[in-house]
Amino acid sequence: MDLDIKELGDYISSTIGAETEDVSYAQNELSITVPVDSLLKVLGFLRDDPNCQFKQLMDVCGVDYPSQVNRFCVVYNLLSLTLNLRVRVKVWTDEDMPVPTATELFSSASWFEREVWDLYGVYFTDHPDLRRILTDYGFEGHPLRKDFPLTGYVELRYDDEQKRVVYEPVKLTQEFRSFDFMSPWEGVQAVLPGDEKAAEADNEGTS
Amino acid sequence: MAQTEIKNYNLNFGPQHPAAHGVLRMVLEMDGEVIDRCDPHIGLLHRGTEKLIEHKTYLQAVPYFDRLDYVAPQNQEHAFALATEKLLGIEVPPRAQYIRVLFAEIGRVLNHLLNITSYAMDVGAMTPMLWGFEEREVLMEFCERVSGARMHMNYFRPGGVSADMPAGLNDDINLWAENFVQFMDDLETLLTENRIFKQRTVDIGVITAEQCFDWGFSGPNIRASGIAWDLRKSQPYDCYRDLEFDVPIGKNGDCYDRYVVRILEMRESLKLIHQCLEKMPGGPCKVDDQKISPPPRAAMKSSMEALIHHFKLYTEGYHVPTGETYTAVEAPKGEFAVFLVSDGSNKPYRCKIRAPGFAHLQAMEFLSKGHMLADAVANIGSIDVVFGEIDR
Repeated sequence: MDLDIKELGDYISSTIGAETEDVSYAQNELSITVPVDSLLKVLGFLRDDPNCQFKQLMDVCGVDYPSQVNRFCVVYNLLSLTLNLRVRVKVWTDEDMPVPTATELFSSASWFEREVWDLYGVYFTDHPDLRRILTDYGFEGHPLRKDFPLTGYVELRYDDEQKRVVYEPVKLTQEFRSFDFMSPWEGVQAVLPGDEKAAEADNEGTS
Repeated sequence: MAQTEIKNYNLNFGPQHPAAHGVLRMVLEMDGEVIDRCDPHIGLLHRGTEKLIEHKTYLQAVPYFDRLDYVAPQNQEHAFALATEKLLGIEVPPRAQYIRVLFAEIGRVLNHLLNITSYAMDVGAMTPMLWGFEEREVLMEFCERVSGARMHMNYFRPGGVSADMPAGLNDDINLWAENFVQFMDDLETLLTENRIFKQRTVDIGVITAEQCFDWGFSGPNIRASGIAWDLRKSQPYDCYRDLEFDVPIGKNGDCYDRYVVRILEMRESLKLIHQCLEKMPGGPCKVDDQKISPPPRAAMKSSMEALIHHFKLYTEGYHVPTGETYTAVEAPKGEFAVFLVSDGSNKPYRCKIRAPGFAHLQAMEFLSKGHMLADAVANIGSIDVVFGEIDR
């Protein structure tokens, strides 16, 4: 049975729909949101079900949305060679709630999860080797969080007197400049002050 | 005589080692000459590319992709351009597609030339390296003529390519491609049937198809294990749909097969280059939307609107509609993908770079366990790692 991406979405909702929070379809890509507890079940189903066979975990990455209660989204990108389709599994978590590791299902998850732990500080339970991977030995903090400054906190240089590399707080000769490019009349969807009634009228017109 | 207890010892391979292909530090636990445990330490070249891209506009993000896999920069740009175009919902004109595919294939040859020859040097053959670099220089001159830079081209922009090909380049590439066949034959006489090369690579680092799935392999490495999987064929992007080429596969999934697959891929790339040059259509080489692609220099001298567009594009950039996409291309090393999240502003909200080498290097422990120390070198060479993309 060959499924296209929409049929696959329907198939997934009809079989393990109870385990998922949302199955959505955008840009010709399928994305499944699951609660933390059923992550492994869904990943296992996608890997082993004869109609899915998502045998390859191509990528795991984190996304940070600081304004949300569960601020981190861990995204698993799976690939099925038999269907020639990709699917994205998302799980939402916060700083404290750990996510079960997928290393039992996919060996490739190991380093990808280490990377998410390193850059975002999302903890993976039962991970065989959850060390930092990309940042320096002894690094503190999780640099890809939105509240981590682009310049970081420390810089290093070789100290000729001590004959070793020393870490010092970052000294900028000029403050890091961040420009606000959000123009009030294009790009943003937010309602302008005093413009609330126009938005309401638009909504009534469409509905 | 009392028996002596031989203890395992740890060996630091790198970070400064000519066979590490960059800054790889591997902690090897050795049982005599046999590798017991292999722990690659990466991140020594980490530059925070993903974080930097979050603070740049879409156009300013392109050069960062050159600096990932600096052996074949254009293929990385390709993934980012395609991802952004997908979110913008634009289709690039046919000429731009053909130019991109032409240079993506030149990138593939650039990459495989460097990989095969440096890999050969790792296992003891000096000459291919010298020959290969000469050819690479010719190819990089083509890149220079089209974009102004030998390596970091910054050429594939969302919406097309930055400039059209200069006159005469078409013929020169054609001439080079005809002569390159002879070079390939010469290169193969040095390696393919070379006894020493085969002794060092056959049956080393064997990985089966199932194991490839498990470790997230892609590109030439999965094809060497007998899986005919090529994103250019199975999920074609740009104009690959209209071009004819074969997908070479290996049988044993060892270091030698990975080498042979790359050699055959270069020959396929030559086919693609010839077809691109032959079929190259006329017309514009970027989308006709002044909100995304900059106006021509001449128009700015007389048109106020063009001047405004130019100013807006190079300060603010363009706003990309909210959405997310995982867009992958068949880079020379495997599946290179960009997971791009946009929040409707002029900067990417998140740009995750999926580097093929990251997944391949992860399997290093699996590939090297039980092998001799010298085979670790052959394994690193054969999986084709470049630390620009792994450490990001």
